[in-house]
Amino acid sequence: MNSSRGPASVLSSTRAELLRLGRWPVLWVMLGAGLLLDILFGYVFDYVGYRTGGGSEVSEGLPPELLLDRLLPAGVPEITLAGTPMFGGAILLILGALVIGGGYGWGTWKTVLTQGPTRAAAYGGTLTALAAVVLALVTATILVNFGIAALVCVVESRSPGWPPVSEVLRAYGGAALIYAMWTAAGVLVGTLARSPALAVGLGLVWALVVENLLRAVANALDALAAVTDLLPGTAAGSLAGALGATTFGDEGTPGVLDILAGGPAVLLLVAYTAVFALTAGLLISRRDVF
Amino acid sequence: MWRGPAGCDAAGVNETVVTTSGLTKRYGGHTAVDRVDLTVRRGEVYGFLGANGAGKTTTLRMLLGLVRPTAGTARVLGHRPGDPAAMARTGALIEGPGFYPYLCGRDNLRVMARYRGLGDVEVDAVLDRVALSGPGREAFRSYSLGMKQRLGVAAALLGDPDLLVLDEPTNGLDPSGMADMRELLAELARQGKTVLLSSHLLGEVQEVCDRVGVISAGRLITESTVAELRGVGSLYVRADPIERALAVVVRIVGEHAVERSGDGIRLAVDAALAPDIARALVEAGVLLHELRVCERSLEEVFFQLTTAADASVPDQTQQRLAKS
Repeated sequence: MNSSRGPASVLSSTRAELLRLGRWPVLWVMLGAGLLLDILFGYVFDYVGYRTGGGSEVSEGLPPELLLDRLLPAGVPEITLAGTPMFGGAILLILGALVIGGGYGWGTWKTVLTQGPTRAAAYGGTLTALAAVVLALVTATILVNFGIAALVCVVESRSPGWPPVSEVLRAYGGAALIYAMWTAAGVLVGTLARSPALAVGLGLVWALVVENLLRAVANALDALAAVTDLLPGTAAGSLAGALGATTFGDEGTPGVLDILAGGPAVLLLVAYTAVFALTAGLLISRRDVF
Repeated sequence: MWRGPAGCDAAGVNETVVTTSGLTKRYGGHTAVDRVDLTVRRGEVYGFLGANGAGKTTTLRMLLGLVRPTAGTARVLGHRPGDPAAMARTGALIEGPGFYPYLCGRDNLRVMARYRGLGDVEVDAVLDRVALSGPGREAFRSYSLGMKQRLGVAAALLGDPDLLVLDEPTNGLDPSGMADMRELLAELARQGKTVLLSSHLLGEVQEVCDRVGVISAGRLITESTVAELRGVGSLYVRADPIERALAVVVRIVGEHAVERSGDGIRLAVDAALAPDIARALVEAGVLLHELRVCERSLEEVFFQLTTAADASVPDQTQQRLAKS
């Protein structure tokens, strides 16, 4: 027995959660899928479009030189952000739902809580571990993007025009905030559903279908626009757009919007992240564990 | 064979480790646990008996802070249920082991040990104690039910807790595993650990428990030592001629304690009288075919108590309706 080393502390819980997440194949599949989609939609399709002469369906009608400019190192912040609101966010939402909901499905919450941590500490450990996963994914995405952009420079014999550090940091922070919000959304849905499958289904239907349907209806119904402008997906897409990602309306990536300015989008994302995480924490601390 | 550490240090103090007062849990209109008052003393193995759905697991969950009581109070190791100070000294296995299916047994325990702030040395020790050192490297999802149960017990033993709360720990164990579990419980008792054990296996409970509480339909209907519950027992005599034997035993123990039972005689007396009775029968020229001690099993007592409790429920309901 070593209670003096803090069995109830968030640090112990974080170490435990990182150990089990690190050995969870699902985590690596999800992160791998995120990187693969980033590479496919960020580089592969545009490069194919460039090599085939541009102006095609694949290249969304853009001229070849413009396509190549996006694939060079200077375009890394934009490409990193472009994937975050839609598929990147969906992947993190699934991950958050699985991490929390899986504990109910496997009955591990009761086993964890009988080991001594308070519910707040156990939940805090899970959130901290998920935050580490989010930061690792953003870091890996930026590094992979720079690697591919450098490779394009070599293959196309172009001089690498590196983006300003401040721009890279803004993209890093923006992507991390968007991912954090979607992860927290997954955590909340996983907590509400107390089941990984139901949580994933509900979360994806909301993020990929309901929000887009509401925005479509809002185009014809002004009163609804005031609501849809404040939805989580709107905030995420607007932040990506405000930080330089090409919006969907300008032949850019689906999910990237220009509805909100950068400042309000950041505030809204922070608020959603906090509300989702705190609501889930409140439910975990108050509900019976079976 | 499950192994325990060498040496034992029985505390043997009559100090209360777990106590509840009016502990109640309702789910909507259903009362799962109804005003339960139970007491578990330091160093004893306490058997918590009841049929499926009687309220055992819900009570244990409330003691561990997993489920919040609707009414009543509980103290565990001097703290409220779920308090980190109490949980640091408590190990538990509740309603089947819950582990990460993709991790091996050892890694599952490493994760749980980290929640306690423990290292891998403790993990290897408890794996060895439940004989899972070898299979501990296989994924949990591939374990048999018995192996999963052993891993659950191993997790409960992490940190060498003072109080163990074990809910049906022998579920899925083969006879050898059950014997090992009995031995482990005895070892824990010898070390002065307190064990709160819920089980359907009344024979097991009779062998390892000092005291038992019997719960039926959410109500604790009795709490006593195993010996008290089973009573003083009786003697059974089969002899020839039976009438002469009857006269002899009536002269020794009195008519009130004698009863004809089939082709023999049942004597409601202390088993210590058996040699005197045997000698008297032989001296009286009676041919003694059989003289044995009869004790009520815990199973008989359990069914008697729970049947009586179940029968009283409609009466109480009718009384309440009449009052209203």
